[in-house]
Amino acid sequence: MLAAEVNHIFKSYANKAVVNDLSFSVAQGEIFGLIGPNGAGKTTTIRMMMDIIKPDSGDVTMLDEKLSEASKNRLGYLPEERGLYRKLTTIDSIIYLASLKGMDRHSAEEKADELLNQTGMLPHKRKKIEELSQGMGQIIQFIVTIIHDPELVILDEPFAGLDPVNTELVKRMFVDLRNQGKAVILSTHRMNEVEELCDRILMIDNGRTVLYGNLTEIKSRYRSSSVILDFEGELGEVPGVTEKRTHKGYVELVLDGNTTPAQILERLIGTGIVINRFEVATPSLNEIFLKVVGKNHE
Amino acid sequence: MTLIVPLVALLAIGGFQFISGIAAPPVVEEVTIGYVDKSGGFEGYTQQDKVNLVRFDTQDDATEALVEGDIKEYFVIPPDYISTGVVSRYTLEKQLVAPDDIATAIRNFLLSNLLEGKVPAATVDRVEAPLNLVTTRLTETGDIAPEQGGFGNFIIPVVFSLLLSFSIVFSSTYLLQGLGEEKENRLIEILLSSVSARQLLTGKVFGIGAAGLAQVVVWVISASVLLSLAASTFGGFISIIQLPANFLVLAVVYFILGYLLFAVLSAGIGAISSSSREGQQLIGIFTLPLFIPLWFMSLLMLFPNNPIWVVLTIFPVTAPVEVMIRLGVSDIPAWQLAASIAVLVLSIIGILLLTIRVFRTYLLMYGKRPKFGEIIRSLRSG
Repeated sequence: MLAAEVNHIFKSYANKAVVNDLSFSVAQGEIFGLIGPNGAGKTTTIRMMMDIIKPDSGDVTMLDEKLSEASKNRLGYLPEERGLYRKLTTIDSIIYLASLKGMDRHSAEEKADELLNQTGMLPHKRKKIEELSQGMGQIIQFIVTIIHDPELVILDEPFAGLDPVNTELVKRMFVDLRNQGKAVILSTHRMNEVEELCDRILMIDNGRTVLYGNLTEIKSRYRSSSVILDFEGELGEVPGVTEKRTHKGYVELVLDGNTTPAQILERLIGTGIVINRFEVATPSLNEIFLKVVGKNHE
Repeated sequence: MTLIVPLVALLAIGGFQFISGIAAPPVVEEVTIGYVDKSGGFEGYTQQDKVNLVRFDTQDDATEALVEGDIKEYFVIPPDYISTGVVSRYTLEKQLVAPDDIATAIRNFLLSNLLEGKVPAATVDRVEAPLNLVTTRLTETGDIAPEQGGFGNFIIPVVFSLLLSFSIVFSSTYLLQGLGEEKENRLIEILLSSVSARQLLTGKVFGIGAAGLAQVVVWVISASVLLSLAASTFGGFISIIQLPANFLVLAVVYFILGYLLFAVLSAGIGAISSSSREGQQLIGIFTLPLFIPLWFMSLLMLFPNNPIWVVLTIFPVTAPVEVMIRLGVSDIPAWQLAASIAVLVLSIIGILLLTIRVFRTYLLMYGKRPKFGEIIRSLRSG
């Protein structure tokens, strides 16, 4: 069963296409990254998936069915623009929002206690939301998103406002969700988090798909023909290497089109140098993002 | 608020009974005033109700008695009184006009003496109080109407029209405020991930409306109970207060319709407003006409058949309060009530359809209010 399937959705405002013929799917048990620059159409796409706004054309299937009020209870959603009832206590806020997802008071409080304990927020259970820090509020919002044990969790910029400790805490919870076989859709600007957490990604720009697929495959697709070398000794001319770029602590060797990294390693061993580190240079997702999006905006 | 109004009324009745129980009945004080008769012939009838009149031969004697405190005031009947009717009054008080009881006593004293021996005593009494107008209202068949109207019939509808208008305004303002806070605190999208915009709108309208309706029902029921309690406690004027026929039913019907009209308007305004304060300023434009019937209430009592009241009865924004007030003044023809209710229902449906569109489009717009042209364009495009 697919967690989400989006087929050729299109949305425009004032004759300007915000989402333009977007198609992708998300499987159960994976963390899926939805990335793109500001105004790329990520939030509009998520809102159409959550049936908060309607696409002009195309269709969305969530958990193998058209989204209805009943099936919304199987989803967890943390929007980018989020907040809580400031005058309510932490526990009352959680129970009220859990009741909108079909939970009864008793089981909501029981589960809330478990999650508050897990996140170290149990001492703040009876405090009013307005007494909590921004980061604490974010944790409560995350608890509200997952309290009803959803099969698919959609998170729009979940790390905004979190300190490094809470960021790590939330990341561990994402991984736990994936390990439980649930699907997580993560929309964020933080490429290092995507690189660390996501199995597959969709990169969009101007409402269109620019990259879609397995993260490892995408990175290998953008792999440059160079290797990273940390060594001791004298390195002379190496056949197949067209350029040597010196960085702090290592040298990047750019290969000609006919030489493979394995051949270069063999030739380097032959030169008699001591090799401390040898790896195929792989671009970071941030570099790929800048390369792809930058090209689109040139 | 729901229970405060009937509780305050109940406390007032209880307080009255308590005070009546511990306090002696009020005694009306007897007053002695003097007079100097320079015209002659004014000697009898010196006891007028609680006012005792003492004759003085000279004005100096009367002044001395006044200064000594033997009399409260005195008056002088001049020699030419018959031709001029002028009587001079002297008092130590800063009073240019005599109190009613003193003026009536002097008047009746003069009248009785003037007519003595010329007409029978009964005629003198009638001349003193010639009119006690008692009106009886008949039905179209000539029978005596069960409701006799008048101030007793008017007072409850007026009080209720005030309570009704405040209840409608408070309920719809509460809705607007809640929606504004949810927008300001960025809760709307979280709520919309669980319910649809239509469900959110109807849930808010019916939830707050049910609370307001419960309030009105409590007031209506307690009004009839408290009225009979107050009539037996106070008697007098209170005992002539009546609830007009159909009043209870129409109060509930017009609260529901009036509230729904303003609630859907509030929801639409809440959706397009950037903050709850801005929303409350905007809704003020619409709630102001609700009070128009109260401004023109005195004119309605004087001219109950003017066609303008029919217009206010049918115009949806003024209808709830106008109908309540008119029920206390005159009968409202059935066709006017039917037209009023029909126009209100159609207005609610129309505004609801527009509000749903606006609600869906602008609920997630934070920080700025759309321009009027944008709203019209989005309503057209659906």
